[in-house]
Amino acid sequence: MLTRRHVRQALPFISLAVVLLATFYVQPRAMSYFGLNLMLQYAVPIALATIAQMFIITANDLDLSIGPFVGLVSCIGATFLTQSPLLGVFLLALLLVAYGLIGALVHLRSLPSIVVTLGLSFVWLGIAVLILPSPGGKAPVWLKALMGFSMPVVPLPIIAALVIGVVVHVTLMTSSYGVIARGAGGNDKALVRAGWSMLRTKVMLYMTAGFFGILSGLALLGLTTSGDAHVADRYTLYSIAGVILGGGEFIGGRVSPLGAVVGAITLALAGSFLIFLRISPDWQIGAQGAILIIVLALRALVSYGEARQ
Amino acid sequence: MKALLDKSWTWSFAAALLVWLITITYTGGQGAGEILTAALSFATFTIIVGLGQMLVITSGPGNVDLSIPATMTLAGVVAMKVMDTDTSRMVVGIAAALGAAFIVGMFNYALIRILRIPPIIATLSSSFLVLSCAISYGRGIRIKPPPPLADFATARLWGIPISAVLVLALSIAIFFILRRTLYGRSLLAVGQNMRAAWLAGIRVDQTRFTTYVFSALLSGVCGILLSGFSGGAALNMGEEFLLASITVVVIGGTSVAGGRANVPGIWGAALFMYLLVTMLNTFGASAGLRLILTGLMIITVITLAGGEKQQR
Repeated sequence: MLTRRHVRQALPFISLAVVLLATFYVQPRAMSYFGLNLMLQYAVPIALATIAQMFIITANDLDLSIGPFVGLVSCIGATFLTQSPLLGVFLLALLLVAYGLIGALVHLRSLPSIVVTLGLSFVWLGIAVLILPSPGGKAPVWLKALMGFSMPVVPLPIIAALVIGVVVHVTLMTSSYGVIARGAGGNDKALVRAGWSMLRTKVMLYMTAGFFGILSGLALLGLTTSGDAHVADRYTLYSIAGVILGGGEFIGGRVSPLGAVVGAITLALAGSFLIFLRISPDWQIGAQGAILIIVLALRALVSYGEARQ
Repeated sequence: MKALLDKSWTWSFAAALLVWLITITYTGGQGAGEILTAALSFATFTIIVGLGQMLVITSGPGNVDLSIPATMTLAGVVAMKVMDTDTSRMVVGIAAALGAAFIVGMFNYALIRILRIPPIIATLSSSFLVLSCAISYGRGIRIKPPPPLADFATARLWGIPISAVLVLALSIAIFFILRRTLYGRSLLAVGQNMRAAWLAGIRVDQTRFTTYVFSALLSGVCGILLSGFSGGAALNMGEEFLLASITVVVIGGTSVAGGRANVPGIWGAALFMYLLVTMLNTFGASAGLRLILTGLMIITVITLAGGEKQQR
């Protein structure tokens, strides 16, 4: 039976379908291998950053530093990783550990994650600016080859998004580790009473987020081919919006990995759609805001009915 | 209770004082007064929007106003364009700018209340729309402010910016509003537990509506003043104030979980943040190093001041 709950869960996918169809209607030439590849390639790093954000949101926290973090990874990737791969990998591993430490700090001192990650965003940006004061450097050859790889029949970005979404979905929604992780956001006291370590759970969640942040930075670097500290400044807001568009909620550990990926793609696609529409550049960003509002208004409408049923 | 309240904001003043002392020790006492004057005039802008952000954050967990930069820009652009360098149109310009800010505040709360969008996303999406309005209305022309507005925004009396004095008065007013008025008490109650406040008969909607409109109006005031101060409105003039407004509120000791506001702390935090940048500049630190140290300072201060137990 089709209940309102099903409708709500399907909403991210319906939104994506609508935006996709609207794009094809306005610009039929986009409906090709090449067109889809071009429109969706930047959706891959955004989707990865959104997944990173989702892991933090799972723990009822918020990461305001993911954008500058992705920028920092792209800078490290374009310099150290190309010149001396071992050092590059070591630095990236260090970043991963840093994320884990932040998770521990936030938990042990029960600090507001918003403030800590706000401070972190300055730190990441600062390190990135020290490494690359102006955009430059070169992406490792293998990274460029990986991101530029042309799959037969189906464009790479679609496959990549699907793989990311499904893998994370299966891990977080069906494994026992995933249940505990979501429990951290749902009811931490119950989790502790059941004998699980909240500290370990939070460190794991933050490190997983850091891992996907690194993947996002590398994917972005593979596309842009040179590093830039400010390249992903908008990712912080995109990633939060993506999680929410995908049906996630800020509290309670209610998140949806597949939804988050779909939300990120919808956001990325909305940008292309607005360009095809030939809306004046003044209103591009406003129209993006309007799309966000419309999708969320629809969800409110569905949820409202659900509560009344 | 009083000692507890005092604890969090004395931190920020002590930090500000320390940073200032280090700076003037380094320069050998040179420019001590000028540094303070500059810190006061720049901190003033952050304090205005910080006060609005504080009210919003106090209204409960998850409440934050991300539309502050866009609202500032819109108000600045509207004010400059309506005034059109004409002194006689100043009042009209200010009224128009504040009117625009008022509409933004109403729109924000409508999204939150009617569409039930989480405040972070609601104010974020509305900020996109507001910024587009400002871009489209401003069309990239930079109009100078009328001379009296520019004079007012930059005026100083014995080294103290006039605007800082007025903002001090505003801060004291908000301090008493929070403690003594129905709105203030309601806001704190709503922030601590919205449902309990509602059951106790507090007008939750009205309180939250007032809060979002208040924040938007303060952004408007800041936008007008900043345009006067820096010789016109610019489309990116609000950018740095998004993070700054949140930073000063939280370093100042306002609870992110809501229900506990701290007005003096905002002053301490804003002065601290500005003096810190001045100190690093005096030391000749590079942009990257400055950013890193600023970030580490924020994390250190919040770690030392300590988190609070989640109120349930």
